[in-house]
Amino acid sequence: MTIPGASGLPARRFTGRSGSIADRLFRTSTGVAAITVAALILAIGLMLLVNSGEAFRQFGVGFVTGTTWDPVAGIYGALPYIVGTLLSSAIALVIAAPIGLLTAIFLAELAPRRVAIPLTFLVELLAAIPSVVFGLWGVFVLSPFLGATVEPFLIKTLGWIPIFAGPSYGIGLFSAGIILAIMILPTIVAIAREVISSVPDSQREAMAALGATRWEIVWRAVLPFARSGIVGAIILGLGRALGETMAVTMVIGNGQNIPTRLFDQAQTIASKIATTFNEASIGLQTSSLIALGLMLLVITISLNIVARLLVRRVTTEGSR
Amino acid sequence: MSTLTPVMDRPIAMRLVRSPADRRRAAVDRTMRGLALAAAIACVIPLGAVILFVTVNGAAGLNLDLLTKAPRALGTGGGAASAILGSLQMIPLATLVAVPVGIAAAVYVNEFSGRRTATVIRFAADVLVGIPSILVGIFVFTFLVLPFKQFNAFAGSMALALLMVPVIMRTTEEILRLVPGTLREASLALGIPMWRTVLSVVLRTGLTGILTGVMLAVARAFGETAPLLFTALGSRLVNVGDFAKPMDALPIFIYVNARQPFPALNRQAWGAALLLLIVVLSINILVRARSWGRRAA
Repeated sequence: MTIPGASGLPARRFTGRSGSIADRLFRTSTGVAAITVAALILAIGLMLLVNSGEAFRQFGVGFVTGTTWDPVAGIYGALPYIVGTLLSSAIALVIAAPIGLLTAIFLAELAPRRVAIPLTFLVELLAAIPSVVFGLWGVFVLSPFLGATVEPFLIKTLGWIPIFAGPSYGIGLFSAGIILAIMILPTIVAIAREVISSVPDSQREAMAALGATRWEIVWRAVLPFARSGIVGAIILGLGRALGETMAVTMVIGNGQNIPTRLFDQAQTIASKIATTFNEASIGLQTSSLIALGLMLLVITISLNIVARLLVRRVTTEGSR
Repeated sequence: MSTLTPVMDRPIAMRLVRSPADRRRAAVDRTMRGLALAAAIACVIPLGAVILFVTVNGAAGLNLDLLTKAPRALGTGGGAASAILGSLQMIPLATLVAVPVGIAAAVYVNEFSGRRTATVIRFAADVLVGIPSILVGIFVFTFLVLPFKQFNAFAGSMALALLMVPVIMRTTEEILRLVPGTLREASLALGIPMWRTVLSVVLRTGLTGILTGVMLAVARAFGETAPLLFTALGSRLVNVGDFAKPMDALPIFIYVNARQPFPALNRQAWGAALLLLIVVLSINILVRARSWGRRAA
């Protein structure tokens, strides 16, 4: 058995084939657990792929572009839910990305330690609140509030632009977007803060030596260095928004048409699955719902992979 | 001295002669720092608002009836006993399954596997953490509900376990990486077999950190709704011990009662939400305050 060297972290702590049966058994059983984790993600993908086959065979591309979802007629088109998912997440990003980035800058660059530490803790707590509690708060507090104040105001001032036209119901796309923004803020803040913190001090010192203000240091030295990682943080937030289910289901209403206005009621892919899967009859209808799930899986996994690669690029470069 | 300190606090640019351009730069600096502070405050407002409203509305609903009575099959009245007991059964079972698997996977990745395998498995775990939990619900439904033609609590537990495993694995692994190699060497040099070294030295050293990860995963499982919808389903009946039948859980109870047209049932949803929030936030605060204290020390 080779003893791990003292230089740096070894790739593996225990190497070589150990003779004892107990050791081999131990190693194998931990290996099985590790492979299980990796296999699960494949199994989920494969299961969704196999079970959605019927819907895709039946409708082909029409499943993605179709606008009717009619169990009685047996026609399933996913476009209203795809649009609902994209729009609600877009609203969330427009709100959460700037606020999250500014907060991350505040926590990593501007705030004194005794402010930054408790504030970071509070943002972590926000991430811990269960989705269904956000949903409950959204239905009974946030949506009525928006419906009574912000939405009439927007309709009055911007109503001449078609997407801001009334009427508004409180619940709908706009509420869902706001709830999602709140829910993805902690993700964006946490990752962006980590990325910004990993920017080497030499970058800041060089700017400071040129007489830059604090903000110029952030804007001209820190952010350009961290750019790809920040994009990664925002994409991770987007991935979370696309897949978020309960809170959205509770506040987005139950609109079956393609939403064209900000205050329309709509459905997202996740909320459509959540509300109809249990009542669906086995066969083409479940297959269509699982096909929705497959699309969601493909989108969220690809976003996740891209985001993690972007974040890693900054954090490893910074530590070098 | 007292006049010097504030000046030294300012950025260098502001201490020099102030041209109009400098003044503009200083103004931009002030504005943007103000905006950053405002954004940070804006992040905390929803946390305060949710806690406030859940506490105020929940206080009216959180009473002895809610804690001890089963829901009425029809109409209003009753309580959330079915949901509380359901959560208290499904989560321990999920933990029992997820902890050994998650820790074993972390041990393999950190102690035994080659670099490439480790990267692949770590990546898979990260992806697993990121996939929408409702898809986990569909996955478990096909394997543990469909064949038996019966929604059941066992499937619910497994769905929760599936969500807990990658979280436990990743946190455990971060901790194991901090355990110094010299401890392993010392143990091996004493002739202690590898498996004993891992169990009694490596895992023992990282125990508090591993428990932190497990507790955070438990807190997350308490609030998960989506994966239970197609597995445990929820139930108006108190189900103790029958994992082959549907079972209620706190988040399902909140979801179902929030959609009812009866204010009394909505009040129960708020009460259950307060209970859930207390459980989830106290686990988070306790666990994080500990590791936070250690970081500060």
